[in-house]
Amino acid sequence: MEQIEFLKLIEPFRNKIFRLARRLLVSVQEAEDATQEVYIKLWNKNDGLREYQSVEALAMTMTKNYCLDQLRSKRAGNLSIVHNNYKDREAPLQTQVEDRDNWSWVEKAIASLPEQQQIIVQMRDIEQYDYTEIAEMLQMNETAIRVALSRARKQIREFITKTHAYGIA
Amino acid sequence: MESHEIKSLLEKYMDAMTSVEEEKSLADYFRNNAVSPEFEEYKSMFGYFEDQRSVVPEKNFRISDTKKRRRTWIPAAAAAVLLLGVGIYGWQNQTPPQTSELGTFDDPEVALRETRKALDLLSSKVNTGMESVNYLNEYEQSKNVIFKN
Repeated sequence: MEQIEFLKLIEPFRNKIFRLARRLLVSVQEAEDATQEVYIKLWNKNDGLREYQSVEALAMTMTKNYCLDQLRSKRAGNLSIVHNNYKDREAPLQTQVEDRDNWSWVEKAIASLPEQQQIIVQMRDIEQYDYTEIAEMLQMNETAIRVALSRARKQIREFITKTHAYGIA
Repeated sequence: MESHEIKSLLEKYMDAMTSVEEEKSLADYFRNNAVSPEFEEYKSMFGYFEDQRSVVPEKNFRISDTKKRRRTWIPAAAAAVLLLGVGIYGWQNQTPPQTSELGTFDDPEVALRETRKALDLLSSKVNTGMESVNYLNEYEQSKNVIFKN
């Protein structure tokens, strides 16, 4: 497979790879490294890629596995995860400061979830994959995904409600 | 959408029973409408989700470029190390040429004298050799005298 053909194949979901990596690794730098790593892993499969029904699903699975490995080895090395404050580069001008402030609480709420739930929220609420796709990517059945997602959404809502109630925000 | 419709759709959403389409219509609703306080946290959630979809890496990812870049410096480094090694070796073994040892003379007079001396020495040695050959001649002559008769 030629490089141009390969890059064309990856292009439609490259941002999704990066965003999933950023969700889990938090730092932009590390997310970029992870994306690069996934590119190389995919490239090394070379013509074997054609055998996959969905390269996108494969790429997302690889990204998830790579990031979880990174987190595990980080924890093993007793390194703390640098938590970036919520930064929004693309916000439209009319976006109110209050909105962005509220969004930062949603981000913190998601960060407080177990990794599995973070991944599911990322795949469903942000990337809008349907349940069959998520099931393929995570090697889980759809019911288990729905259960985890429902739990995650409720916890996010609760987290926000609390911050509003106590006026921490 | 009416408020009660939103409410029931949100309940479905929290149970993870909504379709992607229904979730999109909820996002539309929260983007475009003034939202009553009871839905405030949903507005934040859907707003955040939508915002996150526009997050893109600033970096471009390449494949063979990065591989090539990793590989090309290896021969370059090897060549540099080799050159450096040869350079250091050559530099350390460099000795200034010693003129006296080469037996050259600046003054032609001296050169002539020394050359004569050297040639005399050579010829005297050659003559010594010749003397012993002369002795052999003597022997030959004597032999001829004896065996002539």
